Amino acid sequence: MTDSTRDFGLKLHVWGERACFTRPEMKVERVSYDVMTPSAARGVVEAIHWKPAIRWIIDRIHVLKPIRFESIRRNEVGSKIAESSVRSAMRSGRLDELVTLVDEDRQQRAATVLRDVAYVIEAHFERTSKWGPQDNDAKHIDMARRRARSGQCFQRPCLGAREFAADFELIEGEPPPAISESRDLGFMLLDIDFSAGSRPVFFRAEMIDGVIEPPRMEDARAKR
Amino acid sequence: MSAITHRYDFVYLFDVANGNPNGDPDAGNLPRLDPETGLGLVTDVCLKRKVRNFVSLVRGDEPGYRIYMAERAVLNLQHREAYAATGLTSEPKKLPKKEEEAGALTKWMCDQFFDIRTFGAVMSTEVNVGQVRGPIQLTFGRSLDPIVPLEVSITRSSVTNEKDALSNDRTMGRKHIVPYGLYRAHGFISARLANDARKGTGFSEEDLSLFWRALGEMFDHDRSAARGEMTARRLIVFEHESDLGNAPASKLFERVKVLRAPGSDGPPRSFSDYLVTLDEAPLPAGVKALDLI
Repeated sequence: MTDSTRDFGLKLHVWGERACFTRPEMKVERVSYDVMTPSAARGVVEAIHWKPAIRWIIDRIHVLKPIRFESIRRNEVGSKIAESSVRSAMRSGRLDELVTLVDEDRQQRAATVLRDVAYVIEAHFERTSKWGPQDNDAKHIDMARRRARSGQCFQRPCLGAREFAADFELIEGEPPPAISESRDLGFMLLDIDFSAGSRPVFFRAEMIDGVIEPPRMEDARAKR
Repeated sequence: MSAITHRYDFVYLFDVANGNPNGDPDAGNLPRLDPETGLGLVTDVCLKRKVRNFVSLVRGDEPGYRIYMAERAVLNLQHREAYAATGLTSEPKKLPKKEEEAGALTKWMCDQFFDIRTFGAVMSTEVNVGQVRGPIQLTFGRSLDPIVPLEVSITRSSVTNEKDALSNDRTMGRKHIVPYGLYRAHGFISARLANDARKGTGFSEEDLSLFWRALGEMFDHDRSAARGEMTARRLIVFEHESDLGNAPASKLFERVKVLRAPGSDGPPRSFSDYLVTLDEAPLPAGVKALDLI
């Protein structure tokens, strides 16, 4: 276990035109949280470097730009056809009732998304049970930093949804200043606990001078 | 077919003349507009729809090129086909317990459907075949200059029912058009999501050239009264030597500058009012720029 975030930490500056960190209680007409969730931040870091041997822990999220929203309404595919109607169609051998016209099977959903966002993610990794003899801490952190420095990624990281692509760069000196704003952001998703059947874990998010410090998953402040 | 081995980042420029590129359902089908800047928007899903339509038009029912999110597609029926083809029994709402079984199903879906290989799909319908993340990611297109949507009133000389025929009233309709707008969208192709042993969709070189072709020609097959004249203008692709990439995408995109052409002033009304330049400075090592349109 390494706790030395200084030695094995990563500071990543990510930014983009729009973002949608969907609140789980408002999923149909999506509404974004005010800031990036630790879970989304982990996804961004994992898009750059991840192996089963390591687990990224988000230490801090700095908010660099004022929180602003915008609404977008889009056509989305509505329903899924019922198995029963498939069966009856198979029995009758008629397919004409089994037509799903995508243009007619529509749900128009609005999304309230963030715009013009920029964050600094501070993260470090820890070893998991899959840690093997071929792994060492320096190798993984160097790999992550090297990729972030040269703009390499396994897949393009995104800000909550894939259509909101994220640009990123490695911060090796002082991070850019966060906004000087303090807010109680209420209960916010910390991450999904995959060891307990994908159970969401929440925490009381407080932004102090533009910086959020999420607790660790096993911390008492993480509410299940 | 072998999966692609290079990362790509691309800038796609397309324009519209006297048409509505993408209506906003929140605003009575007016062209989408960013209220803060007055710039026009075209959503990612709008562009993807056109790619799908183009591919189903040119490759039709060719095996391996079917379109999953197509018109007249019955998703669960296709899932069932996956189960039938792999000889597995379906369990509602659950992925098969064994990872290789689930893998066989998603692989079969990827092999059959071009759009799943390309954009991915969530296949958690009642007959569940899992989730796929595709290598291609598109962002919103945004116009270079503010657009001014015009509302054009039109009349119809015929009527719908007999009762109306007795009166002299004519139906009035409305069309919303953008006189001219040049839009810029960015896209990313993550090779690892195509060639990764576990997560890859098998998106191949051949698929890639079909995708480039779709971006070039898709507006030519999407003519309608609402669209006006839409044209793909430029497709500048940055090809990285490695599959993880050799340079940050944001730095590469900055090299593509779209400015007003010298001597053109007033509101832009044609592509010749713009000048697209690609920075001549040497590209970062391992990156090639391809001008595909």
